[in-house]
Amino acid sequence: MSLTLNVNGTSHTVDVEPETPLLWVLRDNIGLTGTKYGCGIAKCGACTVHVDGKKAFSCTMKASAAVGKEVTTIEGLSDDNSHPLQVAWIEEDVPQCGYCQSGQIMAAAALLAQRPDPSDFDIDSAMSDNICRCGTYVRIRRAIHRAAEIAGG
Amino acid sequence: MKKIELGRRTFIVTGASAAGGLLLGFHIPAASASAIMGDPWEAGEDGHEVNAWLAIDPDNTVTIRVGQSEMGEGVFTGMPMLVAEELQCDWSKVKAVYASANRNATTKAEPYMVAAGAAKETDGLYQRMSTGGSGAVRRSRLYLMQAGASARERLKQAAADAWGVARADVQAENGMLSSGDNTATFGEFAAAAADIQLESEPAIKTPDQYTLLGTSVARLDTPLKVNGSATYGIDVEVPEMVHAAVEVSPVPGGRLVSFDFDAVKDRPGIIAAYRLGEGGIGTLNYNLDEVANRVTGIQSGVAVIADTYYRALTALQLMPKEWDAGDYGEVSDESIIDGALEVLASPDDPTFNPAESAGDARGVIAASSNTLEATYVTPYLEHACMEPMNCTAHVTADRADIWVGTQNPARSLSVAAEEAGLPEENVHVHTTFLGTGFGRRLRQDEVRQATAIAKALGQPVKVLWSREETTKQGKFRPYSTYHFTAALDSDGRPSAYWNRIVSHSIFNHQIPQFMSNGIDNQAVEGLDSRLPYDFANRQVDYAIRDSHLPVHWWRSVGASQNAFALEGFIDELAYAAGADPVEFRLSLMPEDSEFRNPLIVAAREADWTTDLGRGEGLGVGLAEAFGTIVAQVAYVTVSRRGQLRVETIDCALDCGHVIHPKLVEMQMESSIVFGLTAALYGEIHIQNGSVVEDNFDQYLMLRMNEMPEVRTHFALSGGEKWGGIGEPAVPPVAPAVANAIFAATGKRIRRLPIRNHDLA
Repeated sequence: MSLTLNVNGTSHTVDVEPETPLLWVLRDNIGLTGTKYGCGIAKCGACTVHVDGKKAFSCTMKASAAVGKEVTTIEGLSDDNSHPLQVAWIEEDVPQCGYCQSGQIMAAAALLAQRPDPSDFDIDSAMSDNICRCGTYVRIRRAIHRAAEIAGG
Repeated sequence: MKKIELGRRTFIVTGASAAGGLLLGFHIPAASASAIMGDPWEAGEDGHEVNAWLAIDPDNTVTIRVGQSEMGEGVFTGMPMLVAEELQCDWSKVKAVYASANRNATTKAEPYMVAAGAAKETDGLYQRMSTGGSGAVRRSRLYLMQAGASARERLKQAAADAWGVARADVQAENGMLSSGDNTATFGEFAAAAADIQLESEPAIKTPDQYTLLGTSVARLDTPLKVNGSATYGIDVEVPEMVHAAVEVSPVPGGRLVSFDFDAVKDRPGIIAAYRLGEGGIGTLNYNLDEVANRVTGIQSGVAVIADTYYRALTALQLMPKEWDAGDYGEVSDESIIDGALEVLASPDDPTFNPAESAGDARGVIAASSNTLEATYVTPYLEHACMEPMNCTAHVTADRADIWVGTQNPARSLSVAAEEAGLPEENVHVHTTFLGTGFGRRLRQDEVRQATAIAKALGQPVKVLWSREETTKQGKFRPYSTYHFTAALDSDGRPSAYWNRIVSHSIFNHQIPQFMSNGIDNQAVEGLDSRLPYDFANRQVDYAIRDSHLPVHWWRSVGASQNAFALEGFIDELAYAAGADPVEFRLSLMPEDSEFRNPLIVAAREADWTTDLGRGEGLGVGLAEAFGTIVAQVAYVTVSRRGQLRVETIDCALDCGHVIHPKLVEMQMESSIVFGLTAALYGEIHIQNGSVVEDNFDQYLMLRMNEMPEVRTHFALSGGEKWGGIGEPAVPPVAPAVANAIFAATGKRIRRLPIRNHDLA
């Protein structure tokens, strides 16, 4: 059946089974591959996107549940790496392999939307759904603080 | 993601292979336009190739080809720095791309490189395309710097010829050539430089002459990794591509008895199903008896092909299948390790071979009234690469294309050529970014499987293993077991040392010709003549006990587990002697030991003390791997209820020289998370012959809220020492933490993982 999804401000009509996870619709049907598959069971956070501004695991969220909502992926964060988190991530050289970083950044963006100046405890709480096998955690923490500074002017 | 025309790709890839490396054309955000390219299969302008390693565009952009694979360790920055240091180009105009495995397979090292003594005539063009053994800098430094130096002198000679001056009167700096009033960009003379012959090749710089090396320039790949545009193997899309989901025998060496494709073939998007391995597709079936078969042979199983991955995966999961466990259906991790422990308890077992011997350890121990004994155990582990295993392949009658995040594109190429039945010159491997590797992506079993599926299908196909398949079909870090016996003199100090090791051997499994007198020297790394400690009477014996599991290199290999056992037992000896663990270690080292300084620096920076309250402790771990010595001191707290927190790790290293301090710090942090994850949680269980853990709900990973503070301290000896950085900080983590737990609680951890122990 066909579903219509609003992703990064653009409307996409796709032919998928309604139970298809949003992740695979984003990647295989719409071609937005910045959102990554890591576990398929919402245990690694590589697939993190925003749905109506809130953090969501796209690997376990049915595409049909996103109909009528605004989906934002890493590609929708900015056109030019100008989002404060992207600027901070570059300043701190956070990524190593980079595979989990789309999910990390989207989780951090959801955190900053709620808490513009998060504490270390806030960061630990918000970011512990996301696994990084390269172990960039200390730099992620630093970069989130830095992004808060940038965003706060 | 862009879709591109297959015809154009084929043309361009062929063209690029003739001209140079595969250029990774990509639409790059403006911020990173000078940095790096993402999609490896679409070529761009390659400028003028001065030599196989570099090309210079008319606008002075320098494209440097990288023979190693970028999986997070930073080779797309560090390797170009080695070339650029000598080339003296404008670093802000450097681009990194992958070197062509196809060109490497069909071309030998360039004559100038051989003349300079930086390559042998028989070497492939890019010499070393494997990324492993922490070898990127230390093993390619000389030839990459030579490539830069020889190109620089050719640019100078070309300018000298044009200007009628001597080469010695031409300066090359920051991408500009100058002599008197004459100035030009490198780009203006690149074409002429390529044709220059020099009478002799220039010498490369010594470390005191470095200007770029030793600085922490921004990583070139970062901008692509903050906006989703970096392309990993899993992101590859080529025209007419379909998707495959696979499931193979959960018991390695077992077989698929039957599957009922009819039950799912009418589901939407389903295209085909293939039996894999025995009785199905593929030219090399998995079996344990032959080395080639067990390294990359295709396990018995099934692939379902569909128009999207989720449709393929769903059909695969719903499809009825029947499996036969074969000869190994009764095996468990317990049966494997208990078997090893039995051997360990039988010192005269004839399968033990001596790995190291001096004096008369057994005699002294037999005559001693005071001995200390302990047994240590480390489990099987899976790599848990962040990116699940995948490979995209397209095989036609006369050409194969492979898109894969591989740690060795040269090996990917030869495996694909063999499976496709094509000569190597007709195979093109398009290396992508890797969502980590950790050794797993040296194996190439996914490449063989995908090549076989693509050949049968006659259409491009992306084969993606689910996380569950990735974990259960891992190529595992072996288990290992250790028994230590020491005789203690009247002061409680060791007068003899005897260590027996029984493990599953990687060399015996996949490169048996590397075995030497029954010893796998990786399995005894750091335990044989490489012991940091000097025991006048010492004996080290090794015996192999393999199981049916396929085993493989896992970040830091034998050292990853040996340091846990050795440094634990040394700590036990220190406490038995009533000595400070750091002082005790130093007292066992020769005066000129290279281990001393990193240990001293780590202890000093951690404010080493044994005088902490209950529930707090410092512990030390020390190891050498891949030419680098790392000492770590862990500070832990353990609550009354046994809740462990690793608060801080001070990490001191001696890798001789550092070309990029920040990359080294990142690798120390990365290795510590990797080692700590394994120490706290890592354990692969086997039941009924198959792996139990299949996803991150069971195979646990360290997370942000458990991350200790990591402090890296350089303790560099310089000189001739060039050690690796990608792995050597893994081994000390487990013993440092376990020894700190002992200091905090009096509980000695002799078997990993730590989570299995009650610390209350």
